[in-house]
Amino acid sequence: MDRIKVAVIGPGNIGSDLMYKILRSRYLKMELMAGIVESEGIKRARALGIRTTTEGIKPVLEDKSIKIVFDATGAKHHLQHAPLLKEAGKIAIDLTPAAVGPYVVPPVNLKDLYEAPNLNMVTCGGQATVPIVYAINKAAGARYAEIVAAIASKSAGPGTRQNIDEFTQTTAKALCAIGGAKKGKAIIILNPAEPPIIMTNTIYVEVENPDEKAIREAVFRMVKEVQSYVPGYRLRVPPILDGHKVTTIIEVEGAGDFLPKYAGNLDIITAAAVAVAEKLAARMLGKGVVA
Amino acid sequence: MSGKNGVRFVHIVDTTLRDGSHAVSHQFTREQIAAIAAGLDAAGIEYIEVSHGDGLAGSSYNYGWAALSDEEMLKAASEVIKKAKLTVLLLPGIGTQEDLKLAIDCGVKAVRVATHVTEADIGEQHIGLAKKMGLEAFGFLMMAHMVPPEKVVEQALLFESYGADCIYIGDSAGAMLPEDVKARVGAVVEKVKVPVGFHAHNNLTLATANCLAALEAGATFLDGACRGLGAGAGNAQTEALVGVLQKAGYETGVDFYKIMDVAEDIVEPIMHRPQVVRNAPLMQGYAGVYSSFLLHTYRAAEKFGLDPRDILVELGRRRMVGGQEDMIIDVAYQLAQKKGGN
Repeated sequence: MDRIKVAVIGPGNIGSDLMYKILRSRYLKMELMAGIVESEGIKRARALGIRTTTEGIKPVLEDKSIKIVFDATGAKHHLQHAPLLKEAGKIAIDLTPAAVGPYVVPPVNLKDLYEAPNLNMVTCGGQATVPIVYAINKAAGARYAEIVAAIASKSAGPGTRQNIDEFTQTTAKALCAIGGAKKGKAIIILNPAEPPIIMTNTIYVEVENPDEKAIREAVFRMVKEVQSYVPGYRLRVPPILDGHKVTTIIEVEGAGDFLPKYAGNLDIITAAAVAVAEKLAARMLGKGVVA
Repeated sequence: MSGKNGVRFVHIVDTTLRDGSHAVSHQFTREQIAAIAAGLDAAGIEYIEVSHGDGLAGSSYNYGWAALSDEEMLKAASEVIKKAKLTVLLLPGIGTQEDLKLAIDCGVKAVRVATHVTEADIGEQHIGLAKKMGLEAFGFLMMAHMVPPEKVVEQALLFESYGADCIYIGDSAGAMLPEDVKARVGAVVEKVKVPVGFHAHNNLTLATANCLAALEAGATFLDGACRGLGAGAGNAQTEALVGVLQKAGYETGVDFYKIMDVAEDIVEPIMHRPQVVRNAPLMQGYAGVYSSFLLHTYRAAEKFGLDPRDILVELGRRRMVGGQEDMIIDVAYQLAQKKGGN
């Protein structure tokens, strides 16, 4: 079967997890893993028979057969990569906080962005909570959305730790821009408990119209949709209404591809990125949208 | 180190208007803030902390809505303070550098950047910004009872490396015995060059005793709140602490009579309930559960028909950390499901 060739830039934890997910894909072919130095991630890719480079983005740009590029480096690097990838006619899926392109949350707005040359994956908390806010907004009108994401300390790397404000600010923006809430707020908590906690997300929404049945149905439907690409996405506490306040709790267990299962926060962003690429690839292959 | 050789000075941070905010469900009014801040200032308190109980930008569904915005609270205090340093609390993950900049515009002179005791590195940027803007910056390690002294030292050294002017050890659950305090404070004092402070909670009725233990171990900064007003069982009682320290031969610069008057004449009349150690907060101290969970736990227990102590014990078993108020609903929901299923 034909598959669309893709590259991953940044062979760290996220890049390696992406690689394993891509290797399972019916629509994507893991063509190239690009780093800037010889590293564990490069070795890992090579051991799996994947072409690798330590010359950074250049070999990616030069390979005309590569159509989609995942950028798992850092915001600073993606700002340099984005125009180069665009010029080379490749679609960029950006897992950094650079946000050059529009935010994408697959079950919400991917269908509006098929032509965008650069898509940003928001944050892990955004991927976990925006779908629920969107569902509740459609069912009941969201005046305000607030989320609390709790993740295991071990699953927060130095990038997240040194830029923790970026998480709260970007996630809050996406709750409004993509989720549809009029106002948004995001909180992140790191918990060092052993064994590590799995990611939990509490979503509070102040609704216009507290129609419990409509809200619950919309949330149940959305949870199923997200489960189609993140199997470990589960409802912990179904929507509880208290006047106009709706409280929902979601947990995300990772698939354990490369990252440990508790790191659902990392899994959901790599899974969403691969889901985006698969839908784009399926369109390119003229096979319609992946179920 | 004993404090007996001559007079040793202890810096007092009064947190009636920050930790005390929990005890009034964050409903302090402008007039109340102005009256308390003016009283504390006139009594000679060196640092007056004013914020939502969960710090800048804490006003939320998760932590409770405040009656006033951060800006309104800080302005109400800064307008009356003549001598003291207006101080704020910032919990990275809740408040941001943007929130701190806004606070600085309101006249704030010091910030306490607080993280869970194992997560100091999420506060590096906030300490950095504070220093760049000319503020006094405290690195505050919450829930210090949860880890051994070596770990507290490791994290204190991180805060010091980011430029913190003082390291605080927070007994956020009121779970420490005096020897636990001495072990942690003493270990940090030995390794860092900057002053060390201690923030007590009174769940096991040891707040003042633990403050003395901290001083014996070399701390030079202590927190208090008038009438002990604070989350859970409340804090060390500022006016009692001042009296005790005076009697023990320490200098604080605080007028004992005046601070007693602030507590009795201004703070006491606005309290929602006496700050006594009821069963649930006692259980928090025993089980090591974050103090701010208390009132949220009472509400969840009522909504789901549960004993608040059962919720607190389960939160402790799950090793929940500061800020995870949302997990109270999770625990209450799961406990109620289990109960209903029997």
